[in-house]
Amino acid sequence: MSEVKFSKEHEWIKLEGDVATIGITKHATEMLGDIVFAELPEKGSSVEKDGTAGVVESTKAASDVYTPVSGEVVDTNQAIVDDPSKINQDPENSAWFFKLKIKDVSEMDSLMNKEDYDKFAKESA
Amino acid sequence: MNIKKTSLYKLHQDCNAKFVEFAGYHMPIQYSEGIVEEHKFTRNHSGIFDVSHMGQLFIYGGDELIKDLEKIFPLDLKNLKLNHSKYSFLMDKDAGIQDDLIITKISEGFLIILNAACKNDDFKILKGLLNEKYKIVLDENRSLIAIQGPKSSQILNEVFSKVKDLNFMSGNWFLFDNQKVYITRSGYTGEDGFEISILNNFADKLTRELIDKGSKLVGLGARDTLRLEAGLCLYGHDLDKDKTPVEANLKWAISKERISKGDFIGSDIIIKQLSNGVTKIRVGIKPEGRIIAREKTKIFNQSDVHIGEITSGTFGPSVNGPVAMGYVENKFSKKNTKVFLEVRGKKYAASICGLPFYKKSYVKGAN
Repeated sequence: MSEVKFSKEHEWIKLEGDVATIGITKHATEMLGDIVFAELPEKGSSVEKDGTAGVVESTKAASDVYTPVSGEVVDTNQAIVDDPSKINQDPENSAWFFKLKIKDVSEMDSLMNKEDYDKFAKESA
Repeated sequence: MNIKKTSLYKLHQDCNAKFVEFAGYHMPIQYSEGIVEEHKFTRNHSGIFDVSHMGQLFIYGGDELIKDLEKIFPLDLKNLKLNHSKYSFLMDKDAGIQDDLIITKISEGFLIILNAACKNDDFKILKGLLNEKYKIVLDENRSLIAIQGPKSSQILNEVFSKVKDLNFMSGNWFLFDNQKVYITRSGYTGEDGFEISILNNFADKLTRELIDKGSKLVGLGARDTLRLEAGLCLYGHDLDKDKTPVEANLKWAISKERISKGDFIGSDIIIKQLSNGVTKIRVGIKPEGRIIAREKTKIFNQSDVHIGEITSGTFGPSVNGPVAMGYVENKFSKKNTKVFLEVRGKKYAASICGLPFYKKSYVKGAN
């Protein structure tokens, strides 16, 4: 069973085995507006929990993308770099950002479940 | 300070606007469809912009006023025909730009459209320069509505018959509900369009009629991407007191006849810069790939020497890529010069390019 969890920085994370798929939430895309640029971490690089692991830009501004857990980047989604509007269209599914081989599964514990995140997003909007 | 609302505030709310504070006003940055759709709709159909935050300054007077205004603006105002408009600047004695503006000759005097953030200062400066000799009104009773894009002429003509006969950069009075409305064929998007000065109480009704006829409200977000693709300057970013019209590459807006006489504020510096050249100049900048270089991004030459800065940069939805403008040392300002932009600590290739990024479709000489 893989449960999707959420961070306060509006990323979602889905763990399958020791590989986590990470993207940004629908709520994040609604706050950002039309996304016109995406930059992803390099394959093979290591990222640390709560560190920056990419950038998204709307016509208005640039925003960092953070990783909610530490690990090694094993795959990135080139499709969203080539056509960033895909992020607005399907943020929590096909428009994932990167996959990590995670270092410490216990880092998942501090993240929110869907219900808590929805409440958090509503309050922070 | 109280943040002001325009007469269209309720309409913006009804259309699900996201608001931002801009120059002391609650202004719509975008509506539910978003900046990219709003931008494209303006380019392909017709967009309505609430620009009521901008200043509408009426100065009343005759021949003496023309002479006095020529001491201020680098324009040949005595030959400006009734209902014709010119783009110009309010400069300080060093030719630094205090504001950029559109001035229109109306029968009673002049109408000057000013930037929202500058209008109160401009009003004081102009009142002082004119020694309170003339009646001068910064009219808060009128709204300013722009309608822009290829379908705008047809849509607006259904409300104001014969408005489509106006030429670019000219205007006239029309009637709406028996109220006098001043309409000019002008805008800030690189598209054919109009700006409508109308009493506040009638602005909502007019705008709803234009929406019924197929136009759509467009926010300040798309206004910015549209004007940048069109290569037009935004005051406070591409223009400010530290830049002159010559440095801003806007010398086309300075009357040649007036330069030969040189008797307007800032003329010494303008004449000097026109004959000796300038050290920095505004250029278009096209980043390679998709990287967006925003305001304050540093520009480097091929030897990694810092040569300038971006003053506006975004993603251009019609260009389908990043667009920017900025100031570089004059010797690096030639088209196709390779430069590098420092974004998030990394240098990205770009080239100096001509403006606009998106070709204009103004209507000229329809008569």
